[in-house]
Amino acid sequence: MPDDPKASAAPSPVPAPPAAGEGVTRRGFLSWIGVAWVSFSGALGVASLSTLRYFFPNVLFEPPQTFKAGFPDEYIAGQVDNRFKESFGVFMVRDAGVIYVLKAVCTHLGCTPNWLEAEFKFKCPCHGSGFYISGINFEGPAPRPLERYRVVLADDGQILVDKTRIYREEKGEWQDPESFIVA
Amino acid sequence: MQGFKAAVDGICNPPILFSLIFALFFVAFLWKRVHWIWTPKACILLLTAGLAFVGFGLTDPNFHAILTKPDNVPIVGMLFLVGFFSWLSMYLGLKNDRRTAANLPPVEKLESEIKILVWPDLVYTEMLCMILWSVLLIVWSIYLKAPIEEPANPAKTPNPSKAPWYFLGLQEMLVYYDPWIAGVLLPGLIIVGLMALPYIDPNKKGNGYFTFAERKWEILTFQFGFLVLWVMMIITGTFFRGPNQNFFGPFEHWDVHKLVPLSNINLSEVIWVRVFNVGLPQNWLVRESFGITLVLAYFLLVPMVLGRTLFKSFFEKMGMVRYQILVFLLLCMVSLPIKMYLRWLFNMHYVVAIPEYFFNI
Repeated sequence: MPDDPKASAAPSPVPAPPAAGEGVTRRGFLSWIGVAWVSFSGALGVASLSTLRYFFPNVLFEPPQTFKAGFPDEYIAGQVDNRFKESFGVFMVRDAGVIYVLKAVCTHLGCTPNWLEAEFKFKCPCHGSGFYISGINFEGPAPRPLERYRVVLADDGQILVDKTRIYREEKGEWQDPESFIVA
Repeated sequence: MQGFKAAVDGICNPPILFSLIFALFFVAFLWKRVHWIWTPKACILLLTAGLAFVGFGLTDPNFHAILTKPDNVPIVGMLFLVGFFSWLSMYLGLKNDRRTAANLPPVEKLESEIKILVWPDLVYTEMLCMILWSVLLIVWSIYLKAPIEEPANPAKTPNPSKAPWYFLGLQEMLVYYDPWIAGVLLPGLIIVGLMALPYIDPNKKGNGYFTFAERKWEILTFQFGFLVLWVMMIITGTFFRGPNQNFFGPFEHWDVHKLVPLSNINLSEVIWVRVFNVGLPQNWLVRESFGITLVLAYFLLVPMVLGRTLFKSFFEKMGMVRYQILVFLLLCMVSLPIKMYLRWLFNMHYVVAIPEYFFNI
């Protein structure tokens, strides 16, 4: 095609655009792409590290895991005490000559059971699991007893509840001397 | 009236109620004599009876409280919808069955010859539906306040605590099963099983038209799972579960202090303590060996026995793999009512109970 305008413009003084890339080899292109990808993934990796940082907040607005629950004689024998249910999620129980601390979480699906004074049992409102005052399950779907927290007497004679240590009956851990205090 | 209320409350006891529902289901679908309930006249009659029952329920303070709770209003409405569409499918199916018996093509075959224009016929209907539905939603949202409560408090669980209506069936299953079965395994199997349906269904009939006679087994199985094991569980969760997740009749006062003796016992305790009169063995594998054997037999022996007897034709038609999948899914489905009856009649807690490893069946 002799009258093609592009063909006739070829010898013009302005260099054609492809001329600028003439120095780029396939190998060079690929290594630049490699560098780009490596730095991109590196940046992403660092960014996700900062996301991980969110899992370790500077301040935790949680009640402390260990707390003092008053003196043993503040608790009446044969009764379940609800005073720390809302703040620490525990039932304080004094029964059969011992004081123990039950975790207020149903072992079925994690609802908070209620202590029914008249029926003398814990009853979960979600699926109807029932527990004796000892925490042993006897009705409904809960497969195992309520868990107990570590409880010891502090130096000043107060009860010290340690929620970091859990005692499970089905593992025979309620025999552990730190799962209850004699009172 | 008091006598009627007492009678209804008397029926509403889990084993009686569910036995009645099971019987009603099979009678309604299988007994030819009562197939008049799938006629338009009977539909209007049943609908009137249902509305009359709800209207009567509104006069009772206890039932009124359940019916008018904002959470429950859509459930009541949907029950009528489920009823209507179950009736409609059976009505159309039986109509086609009569035509097939008389050597006529199904109604859908005739309808497929008729041509209807998208505009205006379809679009116009859609627009009308949209407008009416919007009006309904607006009126509804004005007159029924959203049931918003105080901020959540982990120490205060409402009594009774109920899941949203579409999860009430799951919640009801959780009363009888360990969380990992009722909350993970069975719902997962429902979804997987529904997805597998086209691959395990050997019956090619009923494609594009309603029929009952040609797909009796398939329709019964599905409707049993849907109407009895899913919708009925939602009804149970909505109307019959009161404080402490106890079972109440619809006219019964929701007494927080209602005492129901529900002391459960594991199969291992029944066998070792009550039958053999020895203590529970220390080793969990020995302790639960009977339960494990029973469960294994249920899932391994029953398919073999069924394959030789009741499901012989299925086994021959479908081949080993498809047959095993079908029977496995079916056994999982039936295990739910089995476990429910075991709980109601024998206070059976778990057949296999290994709390040491969070494994209970």
